Amino acid sequence: MVERNIFAGFGGQGVLLMGQLLAAAGMMEGKNTSWIPSYGPEMRGGTANCSVMLSDEEIDSPLVTRPTSLIVMNRPSLEKFEDKVVPGGSIFVNSSMIDIKVKRTDVNAYYVPCTEIASELGNSKVSNMIMLGAYLGKSKCVEVETVLAALLEKLGEKKAKLIPLNREALLRGASCIE
Amino acid sequence: MAKKLMKGCEAIAEAAIQAGCRYFFGYPITPQNDIPEYMSLRLPQVGGCFLQAESEVAAINMVYGAGGAGARVMTSSSSPGISLKQEGISTIAGAEVPCVIVNMMRGGPGLGNIQASQGDYFQAVKGGGHGDYRSIVIAPSSIQETVDMMPHAFDLADNYRIPVIILADGLIGQMMEPVELHMNPNPVLPEKPWAAQGWDPKGTRPRAVINSLYIETEDLDGLMTRLNARYDVIREKEVMVEKYHTEGAEYILCAYGTVARVCKAAVRILEENGIKAGLVRPITLWPFPTKEVREVFEQESVKAGLTVEISNGQMVEDIRLAVNGLKPVEYMGKGGSIIPAAEDIAERIMQMRRA
Amino acid sequence: MATVFKKTPVLTDVPFHYCPGCGHGIVHRLVAEVIEELGIQEKCAGVAPVGCAVFLYNYMNIDMYEAAHGRAPAVATGFKRVHPDKYIFTYQGDGDLASIGTAEIVHAAHRGEKITTIFINNAIYGMTGGQMAPTTLVGQKTTTSPLGRDPEHCGKPIRIAEMLSTIEGSAFIARCALDSTPHINQTKAAIKKAFQAQLDRKGFSMVEILSPCPTNWGKAPAEAMEWLKDNMIPYYPLGTFKEV
Repeated sequence: MVERNIFAGFGGQGVLLMGQLLAAAGMMEGKNTSWIPSYGPEMRGGTANCSVMLSDEEIDSPLVTRPTSLIVMNRPSLEKFEDKVVPGGSIFVNSSMIDIKVKRTDVNAYYVPCTEIASELGNSKVSNMIMLGAYLGKSKCVEVETVLAALLEKLGEKKAKLIPLNREALLRGASCIE
Repeated sequence: MAKKLMKGCEAIAEAAIQAGCRYFFGYPITPQNDIPEYMSLRLPQVGGCFLQAESEVAAINMVYGAGGAGARVMTSSSSPGISLKQEGISTIAGAEVPCVIVNMMRGGPGLGNIQASQGDYFQAVKGGGHGDYRSIVIAPSSIQETVDMMPHAFDLADNYRIPVIILADGLIGQMMEPVELHMNPNPVLPEKPWAAQGWDPKGTRPRAVINSLYIETEDLDGLMTRLNARYDVIREKEVMVEKYHTEGAEYILCAYGTVARVCKAAVRILEENGIKAGLVRPITLWPFPTKEVREVFEQESVKAGLTVEISNGQMVEDIRLAVNGLKPVEYMGKGGSIIPAAEDIAERIMQMRRA
Repeated sequence: MATVFKKTPVLTDVPFHYCPGCGHGIVHRLVAEVIEELGIQEKCAGVAPVGCAVFLYNYMNIDMYEAAHGRAPAVATGFKRVHPDKYIFTYQGDGDLASIGTAEIVHAAHRGEKITTIFINNAIYGMTGGQMAPTTLVGQKTTTSPLGRDPEHCGKPIRIAEMLSTIEGSAFIARCALDSTPHINQTKAAIKKAFQAQLDRKGFSMVEILSPCPTNWGKAPAEAMEWLKDNMIPYYPLGTFKEV
């Protein structure tokens, strides 16, 4: 199993966190993982992206030039990375924010209305977790509970009360795919 | 110990602490700020001291002061800041003071950019500051390797009383990978009777003079002779190199740092296409693995080499010196922080094969 | 036979290399005597500058550093942070401290670094051959101001003691002179107070000392002392600028 993913969106949409949680969960399940952020001034309000790899083998190059999955939270990110995805790969589109469709026909496109679902859950901040859930629903590369364990470690016990909401977000996202 | 997903900069900082580093002097510059930030929180917890200096120039001179006082001390910066530190690094080399300097290389010259680069190879390997000196230069290619290397870096600095440069590209500092830290709450550090620490005129220790000035030619020659003898021992004993699938390979990729990992992916792609390729990865850039590189190229199976860098071609000069015309060595890379893709490297080898 | 004078053991037996009439020898001895009198020889280190006093490390019988030009306060900071229970002083000239090393001295003071600085102001670069210093007086001829310092062209001389006394982290700042025996005695008293401020962990301390450079001023030693009194002291007033 090798997953080469790019998560991309506006700064503030939580794309770096999505990638970090996936990398941490992969590690917890004994996989080799890596996470590379875009960094610098573009982080301040501009677009942000990160490359995440999960592999049963040792990771040689951690750079993702041809993603197996592209997870995009805004339109510029889709336009920027659509052509890079490998044939047969997957593109997860935040349809709440992106009003165009995937042009390519040799990839699987999934449209997830992240903001709407998040509003239904009463917290628009979990849009990214809904998207991560959708990715997990398709790739099944790590368990939802492992992602939540990684999130708990990141948040600390003081914020453990946020876990049920995030669990629901991940599951709702996953159910979009099934 | 369980693995932890850590950013390269933070892992390096913690590994330095576990190696007994208790003093850090630095100045903010992207992309290495996570190191001073981490140190500012952690060092006081272990009885150490973090100080944000007024400039890189001051920071390296504080390193000189603390290293000269016998402490395990580190500074970190990125390319433009490392340029500012060169005066101090030259002083430290001349005064035979141990220290560790991390350079998270970004694009240059001038302000360049803040993305990963390998443009400071010449600066680190061929001198940097003025005068006739060397620094040991270690170029890790993963966060785990960087962490594993930190105690060794401090030991080398202490054993040889030499500055040790960890030459990493900005990517290693910014990326996250699972790492296993080697926790060592009470590291045993070597005695440093030569250090400035307050002198007892009635004691047996000679008075310490931490100094790089030798005004008489004979005296400076004495320093040079001493340093050269030490450099020879380092060349003999401290070379580190990784050879990956080089045995019986037709084409040899040469790269260090993150790029070497991309090259491993290229080797895999080439093997999938039935082409035998291998990688030589210098881990120490000084001392350079001249003999080891040459041995790989001496194999009858080897047709040519390709050096891949995120620079306009710097290490390729040392590779060619090592190969000494035995086989052709080409260069591939770009200076503008653009990391060649594994597919493109593999394609270049295929082109060379067709030619 | 009764001993009427004894060289302080904090000075080595190495003969000073200074020109006739130079102030450095006087100040070296004052600093060494203060270290002896405070009983801190075994706990004290020093940092020599780049400039005429570069060989200070040969003269002081304590652990010593030689710093790059202007960097002595940063080097002293490194030592002090490793050995907070020990003492350290920097010894710097006007090129070293007031020109190339302004960032280091200002920020050592700003941090309230518990170090002591001895600042020799002789209004000229000595070792490099009499070039203009930031402290060179208006109209004063040097090898890089051959027609005399023109304030329109390169400003007026900088007053370091006044400047550093405005910085919160400084604990003791004084200016003294070597032009007469009473002034030399005052200089020693000020050096002692500066070290005492460090011993008491009060903050940064500095003594600026107006010192003659007969060779580069082109004057005989006695004449140089007169010139210092008549020209430097009016522009650089003596006294204690800060004492907390």
